[in-house]
Amino acid sequence: MFTTLQQWLSGWMWDWLAVLITLLIQAVVVILPIMIAVAYLTYAERKVIAYMQVRMGPNRVGPYGLLQPIADAVKLMFKEVVLPSQSNVYLFLIAPILAIAPAIAVWAVVPFAPGWVVTDIDAGVLYVLAVASITVYGVVVSGWASNSKYAFLGGLRSSAQKISYEIAMGFALVTVLMVADTMNLTKIVEGQQGGIWHWYLIPLLPMFVVYFISGVAETNRAPFDIAEGESEIVAGFHVEYSGMAFAVFFLAEYAMMILISYMTSIMFLGGWLSPFEGIPLLETLFAWVPPFFWLAAKVAFLLFVFLWFRATFPRYRYDQLMRLGWKVFIPLTIVWVFVVMLMHYFKVGPWFN
Amino acid sequence: MTDNIRHWIKTFGLIELFKGLAVTGKYLFKPKITVRYPEEKTPISPRFRGHHALRRYENGEERCIACKLCEAVCPANAITIESEEREDGTRRTTRYDIDMFKCIYCGFCEEACPVDAIVETRVFEYVFWERGENIMTKEKLLAFGDKHEQMIAADKAADAKYR
Amino acid sequence: MSFEQLVFYAFAAIAAFAGLMVITVRNPVKAALWLVLAFVSTAAVWILAEAEFLGLVLILVYVGAVLVLFLFVVMMLDINLAEMKEGFTRYLPIGVLVSLVVFGLIYMVVGPEHFGLEQFKPTEHGPDYSNTKEIAVPLYTQHAYAFVLAAVLLLVGIVAAIALTLRRRPPSEALYQDIDAQVRVRAEDRLTMVKIPAEVEPDLPENKEEEEGAK
Repeated sequence: MFTTLQQWLSGWMWDWLAVLITLLIQAVVVILPIMIAVAYLTYAERKVIAYMQVRMGPNRVGPYGLLQPIADAVKLMFKEVVLPSQSNVYLFLIAPILAIAPAIAVWAVVPFAPGWVVTDIDAGVLYVLAVASITVYGVVVSGWASNSKYAFLGGLRSSAQKISYEIAMGFALVTVLMVADTMNLTKIVEGQQGGIWHWYLIPLLPMFVVYFISGVAETNRAPFDIAEGESEIVAGFHVEYSGMAFAVFFLAEYAMMILISYMTSIMFLGGWLSPFEGIPLLETLFAWVPPFFWLAAKVAFLLFVFLWFRATFPRYRYDQLMRLGWKVFIPLTIVWVFVVMLMHYFKVGPWFN
Repeated sequence: MTDNIRHWIKTFGLIELFKGLAVTGKYLFKPKITVRYPEEKTPISPRFRGHHALRRYENGEERCIACKLCEAVCPANAITIESEEREDGTRRTTRYDIDMFKCIYCGFCEEACPVDAIVETRVFEYVFWERGENIMTKEKLLAFGDKHEQMIAADKAADAKYR
Repeated sequence: MSFEQLVFYAFAAIAAFAGLMVITVRNPVKAALWLVLAFVSTAAVWILAEAEFLGLVLILVYVGAVLVLFLFVVMMLDINLAEMKEGFTRYLPIGVLVSLVVFGLIYMVVGPEHFGLEQFKPTEHGPDYSNTKEIAVPLYTQHAYAFVLAAVLLLVGIVAAIALTLRRRPPSEALYQDIDAQVRVRAEDRLTMVKIPAEVEPDLPENKEEEEGAK
């Protein structure tokens, strides 16, 4: 669809402009639903946590409070962006952009359904890891540029945490690559075809857990949200931010949450493949369901788990967090790399043959 | 040794985490206790201490005799009373102001009053739009009492047997 | 001009400008951030040159990890800017000389006559060409020995760094938390349930009198 658009455009304008316009349209088509999803994820978060705390959550703006995220967005847009004195103004304003740009750029390679992907590159997993690792700069720069001790400490904490857990995440993904034999996200999903027992969840169960928990830590979510531990450092790296600058940080955090859920479902839960594949009756019964629905359902469940974690677990102490990352997850992932190697060698199960 | 094994199973099986998740997961489906305030209200006790009112006797005579016990007992110094002798020789207040910003709604004035003149009603939804409205004058308090006399009398009757 | 060319020139210009800023900007934190930009745009250029694996690894390793640690150090330094500016003009001539010599040397080694487009015609690759595999196969077969050696070297580096900075202080100076022990603790270790029999106050004469008085 986009190639025909590009061809049609290049018929009456410069080539590079045609490509640029097509790319921008593609970007909007991908980003807009994600931004809406982010908005409603905040709503879902408040609702889910409220329900777990036997409350009702937002229910005044619109039916069931459904317009609440819009009201929040409008409020934040009209608030003043306060620039702290003695702060580094340029860096202070660039930091939110540094946080959100990678969080959006990652979606360029994420497939939503067979063929629904902006660019189907071979090094997809690597691209996701690389671009997601840039998000740490938003935190570091905002912490430094704010000229506030709280922000600085929050920035240091959270960037150290992100770097540590990135290693565990990377190793967990290495095992996926070993099983899938490719770094192309579409091909990883296709490799899991053939029913629920073909999903990489089963041979890589510990890696699934490690990846998801590292993802929680990576996005600075509870119980790993020491970056913004209210009781110690007010709000961490974004104490000094207000209005839209704060909202951009918020968007980045939630976009990353959705991304982690997407990656987990693609890598371990069979992406857009139906869980009823290969089951005689159910397969035909659910044959009409579009593949995107299955992916969305898996992502929604994982996002729910994110919120569930937040409602359940108390915050980690910083040294315990570092211990978990370096002394538990990284050894565990390395051990599992060897386990997968052995499974590969002995051609175990339906995954290696 | 067995202790160690048990510990490892417990840690790597994430058993305690799942227990915690089960608790919150259970509460997700519990009925919610939120009261949707303007539409729903919680029941209020007859002893509720809200907006003040000055009462009258059934013949229309104001109850307050300007004994100033409430003024004396008020811990927040919210009450100001001035009194003079009326033409019929009784002592009455000329000024009875309650500063609603100072008032802490402790109910001591109500307890102190020998003639049940000053009372606190169950009305708590009131708001001041301008500065100065927070001073409840004698006229306002009496008017308020007249307006809600039925309710006040009912509350007093309900609580009478415990006094 | 094709779109690729446009992107290439844009990123190349950004990389060159950022590189210039790294050495001219006064604030070390800003210099480090310009370095980040230089790396990212270089990575983009590499990706355009079909070296997507190298480009992404550059971002992942250098931008995502190394420079963040670098920033950590730089951010916490207390640098006097005036002192840093001092001596700039004095050392300028020698600095220019050294940089010219270095540039000349580099040009002689990797100049266009050795690495130019005439010597290395870029080969066209099909869409199935995997850059990652092209690197991985010689790395793990032909150069496996060197690769393992490099890995061991890095490990030795890590161990050395930790050994150099490790400083065990006696418990009187610093309190260490043994998290493993903390995690292992169970309720039985900390809490003992003691059954205390209910005690009945013996009837003392004073108590009796008081009770009667109360009645």
